[in-house]
Amino acid sequence: MTNGWIDIKNTDMMLIMGGNPAENHPCGFKWAMEAKRNRNAKLISVDPRFTRTSSTADLFLQIRAGTDIAFLGGVIRYAIENNRIAKEYLVNYTNAAFIVKEGFKLPEDGLYSGFNASTGSYDKTTWNYEQGGDSSGKTGAAAASGHAPEPAPGKSGTPAPPPALPPNVAYDLTLEHPRCVFQLMKQQYSRYTPEVVERITGIPKDQYLKAVDLFTSVRKDGDMKKVATIIYAVGWTQHTFGTQIIRTAAMIQLLLGNVGRAGGGVNALRGHSNIQGATDMAGLYDSLPGYLKSPVPDDTDLGVFLKRTTPTASKPSAWDSMNYYANTPKFMVSLLKAMYGDAATKENGFAFDYLPKAGQDCSWTHIWDDMYNGKIKGMMAFGMNGVMIGPDTTKNINALKRADWLVVGEIYQDETSEFWKAPGITADEQKNINTTVYRLPCAGFAEKDGSMTNSARWVTWKYAAVPPPGQARLDQDIIAQIFLRVRDLYKRDGGKFPDPILNLSWAYADSAHPSLSQIAMEVNGKALADLTDPATGQVIKAGQQLPGFAWLKDDGTTMCGNWIYSGSWTEAGSQIQKRGTEDPSGMGVYPNWSWSWPANRRVLYNRASCTPDGKPWDPDRKQVWWNEGSGKWVGNDVPDFKPDSHPKDHMGPFIMNPEGVGRLFAPIGVLAEGPFPEHYEPIESPIKNPLHPDQSNNPLVKKFSTPFDKFGSPEEYSIVCTTYRLTEQYHYWTKNNPMNVQLIPEPFVEIPVELADEKGIRGTDVIHVISARGTYTAKAFVTRRLKPMMIDGKKVYQIGLPIHQGFRGIDEDEGRNARTPANLLTPAVTDPNAHTPESKGFLVKVEKA
Amino acid sequence: MSQASTELVRISGHAGTVPGAGLNREFQVCKLVDTTTCIGCKACEVACLEWNGYSFSETTFDNSYQTMPETAWNYWNLIKFDEHEREDGSMMLLMRKDQCMHCEDPGCLAACPADAAIVQYANGIVDFQEANCIGCGYCITGCPFNIPKFSPTARKVFKCTLCNDRVSQGLEPACIKACPTGCLHFGTKLEMKELAQTRADQLREHSGFPDAGVYDPPGVGGTHVIYVLHDAKNPELYGGLPKDPHIPYSVWLWKKPLKWLGNLAIVGGLAGLAWHYMRYGPKKVEPIPPDDGRRP
Repeated sequence: MTNGWIDIKNTDMMLIMGGNPAENHPCGFKWAMEAKRNRNAKLISVDPRFTRTSSTADLFLQIRAGTDIAFLGGVIRYAIENNRIAKEYLVNYTNAAFIVKEGFKLPEDGLYSGFNASTGSYDKTTWNYEQGGDSSGKTGAAAASGHAPEPAPGKSGTPAPPPALPPNVAYDLTLEHPRCVFQLMKQQYSRYTPEVVERITGIPKDQYLKAVDLFTSVRKDGDMKKVATIIYAVGWTQHTFGTQIIRTAAMIQLLLGNVGRAGGGVNALRGHSNIQGATDMAGLYDSLPGYLKSPVPDDTDLGVFLKRTTPTASKPSAWDSMNYYANTPKFMVSLLKAMYGDAATKENGFAFDYLPKAGQDCSWTHIWDDMYNGKIKGMMAFGMNGVMIGPDTTKNINALKRADWLVVGEIYQDETSEFWKAPGITADEQKNINTTVYRLPCAGFAEKDGSMTNSARWVTWKYAAVPPPGQARLDQDIIAQIFLRVRDLYKRDGGKFPDPILNLSWAYADSAHPSLSQIAMEVNGKALADLTDPATGQVIKAGQQLPGFAWLKDDGTTMCGNWIYSGSWTEAGSQIQKRGTEDPSGMGVYPNWSWSWPANRRVLYNRASCTPDGKPWDPDRKQVWWNEGSGKWVGNDVPDFKPDSHPKDHMGPFIMNPEGVGRLFAPIGVLAEGPFPEHYEPIESPIKNPLHPDQSNNPLVKKFSTPFDKFGSPEEYSIVCTTYRLTEQYHYWTKNNPMNVQLIPEPFVEIPVELADEKGIRGTDVIHVISARGTYTAKAFVTRRLKPMMIDGKKVYQIGLPIHQGFRGIDEDEGRNARTPANLLTPAVTDPNAHTPESKGFLVKVEKA
Repeated sequence: MSQASTELVRISGHAGTVPGAGLNREFQVCKLVDTTTCIGCKACEVACLEWNGYSFSETTFDNSYQTMPETAWNYWNLIKFDEHEREDGSMMLLMRKDQCMHCEDPGCLAACPADAAIVQYANGIVDFQEANCIGCGYCITGCPFNIPKFSPTARKVFKCTLCNDRVSQGLEPACIKACPTGCLHFGTKLEMKELAQTRADQLREHSGFPDAGVYDPPGVGGTHVIYVLHDAKNPELYGGLPKDPHIPYSVWLWKKPLKWLGNLAIVGGLAGLAWHYMRYGPKKVEPIPPDDGRRP
């Protein structure tokens, strides 16, 4: 989240889409109810079905799964058309005024400029700003003459240098230049009329206009006081264009000036207790801790890597840009020192060569595909039920059949650890499965200490309630044992390149049982030599915990496991164990309760909560402001800004972007499929894309080619299906808990009354839901909360099913349900940016059992 | 809460007056359930089970999120789910927490023949004292909300206690503590009534529910569990909440006029017997005449 959970209580308007917080985040949802009760805030719920969140909404719209970009693009069009925009914010805090290069083409035909059909990839050179200066008021030739010549192409035979952002960007503060971002954006979404939105999403035009009018009403008549928030979850991420859906929401919030405001922002609701912590600490293959980029084979040494990944400022020359990622070398070197200690020296590029360099996509679906194709021989699955997660459960099971070994660390026998007993596998077949499965009993969440980071970026220490039972062990003990023994084997037997293992820093008091507090202290970082701050004269002695990332150095004198967590465990102690209940501003900041990254800032980009002069847009919800007397930004929250940057220097509030401002236009390689989001259909869709039928889908989505990667045609599979979660169950493990099974005893499929009537299905009749990949069998839940829709003139049904039951659990073991996991149905196609599978919009057919 | 709040004001099937009846009632408690912010998460269902030490039941899917059709002897608190389409075609999913209403004029207590099996405290809580319960089930007939449930194993009747064991120690009921959205509130009847009114006013003015209101049915003297409803004119939409609940006439008839008629019949019968004896003396047995051969 850019904002936070409790901060939601400050809002005036909530758009909840691609998310169902009442059911999946009931405790956090309290704050949405507080906003309603105490501020008369309005709640708009947009969802393929009427959920328990929708039951509290002021307005509910049923949307076809996967058409959110069409909806949101229409909001941008409406806001611009009806002047419901934050003009001053737009001009000063976003790249609306930046002029884009000639040659850039919008995707009216579904493709941006630079698409190479044979390679299936984009040359993004034109997706860039034009070099130049202040072109305000000038258009056409007069502006064009301002730009410097293009850099000369490389000598023949050598590849051209990758496109880079120009240091000085041409800009037009009147927003009239035909190639300025604002005009391009306006043109892009001019196609997203209410009629088109109705054709694509199935939402009747009058209902849609009611919702858009309500949401944008916060900026009616130029009012800047009110604030709107957008709240979403995996209903947005689990599509082959999920990242772009979120981008559209971010653009709306920039257009409306809601980012950086209390009660505003772009707010992702994370789905597991510590998934935020997992992604922060680089649980994903393509990042390093703190969202640093992961090295690739072309990064031949540290210098090359740092050049590629350290941005330089790119902005109007009159403006200032902090471009905080310019400090990437400090973060990276400190990380390497944390990992390799004394083995990382200036001479050896701080052991950069020790880091693995992924030469291919190693994301989730690729792991399973590689395993099926014999490239991955074994897997360690810790608290990760890959068979149930899918997508395409059958493919994953068949991949495991071909693996040599599988280690499962879990608290109970899950489907992954019993993949060889999946329904449909005969005794004879089992004889031919040669995978050795090791089951390691692990500790449950109440048996472990450590930290959890919630959606609001609040890092909180948790204490173990009871010790792990029997032979169950803590995760870190298991990992430590494996590491120590592998290291010993390398010491004894040598190997091809054992240095990264032999030299991995492992300086814990008890190496076989590392204390998580010690690890947390490593993550915070410490000084490796005495450090002095020239501005204040403050000295940090060698060995002391660092107060924050401002102290990180790129010369090897600091170490830090994760730069964004620097400041979480200082010499003053563990900030994440703090439990101060004071909230002096009353805005739900609670500055002394736990610690939020970065630097305990609760609302990101909070400088944007003030006018360019440094005065809050809404004096009743003051967050930070410029104090002329002390020459500093001060306030009720930690300023997310350079503290002494005078407003007249016009430093952009979005300090992590090289431009310093928010990106309505995402240049060059920020996003795979284009600088502006474009509506693409889900890979399995009932219709061709009305905007460009010849390019229906995201052009960059790749399909796998195992026998299990099958796709269905809309003629045979005419029903749109989505998957979701319920309050009463949690993913795949509460089916082992009698309390949860009591509340939701059986799997079911929610189907519209009209579809049930058509097929002669009554509530609780057992039915089959069939996709090109598998069959899910459960009882029908006939409901009026899902209505048939008219999609581009065609009547389309949508159905949905919860994911919680599988082939192992209380009811499953007693044979009381059909033992079919929901992800038998889903396709293994993913978003090209985040690699998330499309579990929320695919095609099925329905039959009575 | 002072101990005075748990003094008895009514005792079922009891002969004689109730000690302490007629006390000042200002500290009556009340649970407010705001159905407009309930998200049907069932934390309250589970909290009730756990506080009262009941184990989990086996349930079946019945085309609803609802855990089971009605409350049970070991499941005192149940969210009822109802899909409802408004006149303008918009959808609602009504979710109402169903449990004992703790009536001011409890029908269960009126119907109960067993001395002190059901009591009502000054704070308004109506409590079953199972030690005195004879398992006749008359309380089930007396309740207009279909709440008390018979346990075939214990052979007694059970229902929500409004967590009297917690309330008497100054704690809020378990369901209130567990509710994540704060749709459940607990306090004095006066406070809760005011809070409910404010919320209902807000719904009418800002949320497009012209018939929003507070459910505090006068037919049972008001209740110590009150609801804020989006549509107070149609409470039946909410899992069959009765529109105008009152003690069933059969119970009223039986306990009031019929009881006195019955008493009258007993007294009259005895009096009649006594008078007849005094007037006519004991029955004289006539000697049997000798058999003279005549047949009737």
